[in-house]
Amino acid sequence: MIGIEHYLVVSSILFVMGVLGIFLNRKNVIIILMAIELILLAVNINLVAFSVFLGDLTGQIFAMFVLTVAASEAAIGLAILVIYFRGRGTIAVDDVNRMKG
Amino acid sequence: MIQLVSFYVFASIVIASAAMVIFARNPVHSVLWLIVAFFNAAGLMVLIGAEFIAMLLVIVYVGAVAVLFLFVVMMLDIDFAELRAGFIKNVPLGLLLAIVLVAELVLGIGAYQAGAVKLGTAAVGVASISATVPNIEAVGALLYSKYVFLFETAGLILLVAMVGAIVLTHRRSHGTRGQSISSQVQRRPQDATRNVNQPSGQGVEL
Repeated sequence: MIGIEHYLVVSSILFVMGVLGIFLNRKNVIIILMAIELILLAVNINLVAFSVFLGDLTGQIFAMFVLTVAASEAAIGLAILVIYFRGRGTIAVDDVNRMKG
Repeated sequence: MIQLVSFYVFASIVIASAAMVIFARNPVHSVLWLIVAFFNAAGLMVLIGAEFIAMLLVIVYVGAVAVLFLFVVMMLDIDFAELRAGFIKNVPLGLLLAIVLVAELVLGIGAYQAGAVKLGTAAVGVASISATVPNIEAVGALLYSKYVFLFETAGLILLVAMVGAIVLTHRRSHGTRGQSISSQVQRRPQDATRNVNQPSGQGVEL
């Protein structure tokens, strides 16, 4: 029998995969963006699983909003990536100190 | 039985393809594995009756976001071998962090299974899932009534993201001659034309 715990384990493993991806590919910002997408997917699985578990549809509505924000974040992130590449000729982000922040 | 089998198939493929997203050498392969991961996550959501979110995952992620990633990966001429230089160096710390995180999360789920901490009682029937109403219909009814302002805010967020992406990446090209509307409108007929009584047999004086 599949319970809520199965879904929670899948989503937590997926979340950790995303975090690990950010750690391992620190230079490649494209992979970092994909890892963020994986993290948001894990959050969505969690929201939907709890929505069905509690019998409350609100979780699915919020999963939709998370999806919206994830899509716009990917678009803006890739746009920033494109202009960064135009200016620098590389996308290595481990030494981004242009703004001297 | 078939639920069990399909859950384990979807879950294992999701996790395996997420691992491939991280570990693939070529970012194009990473994007393709991301698509596999999203398809199987959509399968997981269909399994528990959340069809709307599953279809949204396929349409938005596979149809839009993954294609956007593919475009950018293929458009930029990047030396990916150089970018992987620090990969081995980061492996021990990253794996340690991942193991700690997994242990924490499994501990939390185990504690939940053993009898969750009670933080008050949940409000019953906030937006309860009905067995007779289809999922998409129920989501629509809730989305356009109770969450209509949040829905419009989501649209606004998408608009801002679109404008932002265009403003960031738009390049005004130099050397092309554009239309100057104000000088066209300001031009008067007497400046532009001349009436002559042209005698026959002579050339036109320009």
